[in-house]
Amino acid sequence: MSRPAAISLRGVRKRFGPVVAVDGIDLEVAEGECLGLLGPNGAGKSTTMRMLTAQAIADEGEIEVLGRRLPGDSKRARAECGVVPQQDNLDVELTARQILAVFARLYRVPRRERGAAVDRALEIAGLTERADSVVDELSGGMRRRLLIARGLVHRPRLVLLDEPTVGLDPQVRQELWSLIDALRTEGVTVLMSTHYIEEAERLADRVAVMAKGQIVAYGRPSDLVREHAGRETLEVYGPPARLREVEARASERGLSTRRSGTAVAILRAEDVNGFDVQGERRAASLEDVFVVLTGAEGE
Amino acid sequence: MSGRADVPAGAEPGPGAPASDGAAAGQGAPSPRARRIGRLEPAAIAGVMSRDVTVFTRYWLSTTFSSVMEPVIYLLAFGFGLGVLVPRVAGLDYIDFIGTGIVATAALFSSVFPGMFSTFIKYRFQHTYDALLAAPVDTEELVTAEVTWISIRAGVYCMAPLVVAVFFGLRPGPGVVLVPLIGFLTGFGFASFGVTIAAFAKSIDNFNYVISAVVTPLFLVAGAFFPVDGLPAVAAAIAQINPLFHSVELVRHAVFGLEPVADLISVGVLVAFAVLMWRIAIWRMRARLID
Repeated sequence: MSRPAAISLRGVRKRFGPVVAVDGIDLEVAEGECLGLLGPNGAGKSTTMRMLTAQAIADEGEIEVLGRRLPGDSKRARAECGVVPQQDNLDVELTARQILAVFARLYRVPRRERGAAVDRALEIAGLTERADSVVDELSGGMRRRLLIARGLVHRPRLVLLDEPTVGLDPQVRQELWSLIDALRTEGVTVLMSTHYIEEAERLADRVAVMAKGQIVAYGRPSDLVREHAGRETLEVYGPPARLREVEARASERGLSTRRSGTAVAILRAEDVNGFDVQGERRAASLEDVFVVLTGAEGE
Repeated sequence: MSGRADVPAGAEPGPGAPASDGAAAGQGAPSPRARRIGRLEPAAIAGVMSRDVTVFTRYWLSTTFSSVMEPVIYLLAFGFGLGVLVPRVAGLDYIDFIGTGIVATAALFSSVFPGMFSTFIKYRFQHTYDALLAAPVDTEELVTAEVTWISIRAGVYCMAPLVVAVFFGLRPGPGVVLVPLIGFLTGFGFASFGVTIAAFAKSIDNFNYVISAVVTPLFLVAGAFFPVDGLPAVAAAIAQINPLFHSVELVRHAVFGLEPVADLISVGVLVAFAVLMWRIAIWRMRARLID
């Protein structure tokens, strides 16, 4: 990893009254990398994202974004950053084109280049045809694409995406994934928080798993799976009594399990010999890691 | 900022990242405090205002309608109602007295209410400020832009009652050209006051306390509808520290003849009020918007 870091956090801690939202995290995102910040709701992902734009100020630790020290020099970093918030905060009474024009200006795109920047962003969002529709008339998926395009209008070097596909139907989610993937191929650094495991698995070069304000695992998705969940998982289905019995027997043998709805998953099934329980063997997934590390069910 | 080619200049983290880890902090780099750059950048303020202007193109008609209708109603009600009983007040025809009086109150209402309501709605319900503060805009610039925009509107729309009053028989002198500036200055203080209240408010209902206990008394004890010298001593004294009173006085003097000493004092009061409220608004909004 000789590439310079686009984002670097050292010993960052953030409290809200008695609650420690971010509890001393260290994190580096290399330039050109896509890092997935994975964790259940309330793990501290959004607070971490807000600290990167100085909308939350760390109580302790050091943060650098694109070589700028925060919070003092945050404004310069923000000029080269695109932010896509979790919450849709588009001006509903404006048209797509008007919104992009306002943000091109806010992000200091020179006057002469603004028109082209807006057209380009409309194209990214696939909204060229709907450029003059007010936001209220756009579908949920279009709005989300506009929200992303708004963060890209000034060609940022770094894009911060906070739960980019939360609450969207699978088809729209796929569309957004290809949009994010396109950024990656362009060499834009991406930091994306998500609690969708599949999203992290597909898009992220590396994943940092957060739980209770700390980073509990960090690495390539495949390495994390190998390290924390082994190669295979044995999934056993059955009525609750049966599942309890399987769990008890597994724990007698020191095997780690997790309960997911109607099944018990036994991790590291490849190491199991002579455990005469019938079930389905499947490749271990990032979801297994997620559950093992955070204790929460993924989605 | 449009091309990526021009950025690496600023982004030069040490090449040997691990080795320079310790050194980076201690390197000749100035402390973060010293490097706090570009306060109140015109580009940031213009950016925020461009949003306001764009949004305004959507509702200018209703704003214009209400700011013209309101003085018409006031002038009809007071002019024909009260004007019959009191032909002259403080040496002026009642229509002249009230026609100038409601200019300042128009500046008050077109600044304090947007300051309170639209600020609250923007940060609480629309999350607009979250988006703006993620851009290269600081709270100081955000508040300054919002207040400046509201003040410009106040400066323009406070002319509406004056124009209406002309149809009712008011004959302004040349000093009338100063009125938009007085409206702007008045608006700046009251818009900042409104933003401050919005920053404190827990819910939109909280505004009722402020409207009843602060805005209405200020509005009534300002000499807009009746002279303050007739009031009990205490109220008359309060009027002297009421910025709206000074705004009313300035408008009247601008329209009918300036009184240099008194007017300079009035300008001083309005400027002091504007600057004080502006700084408080920034301070409170920062506390509200930045965790």
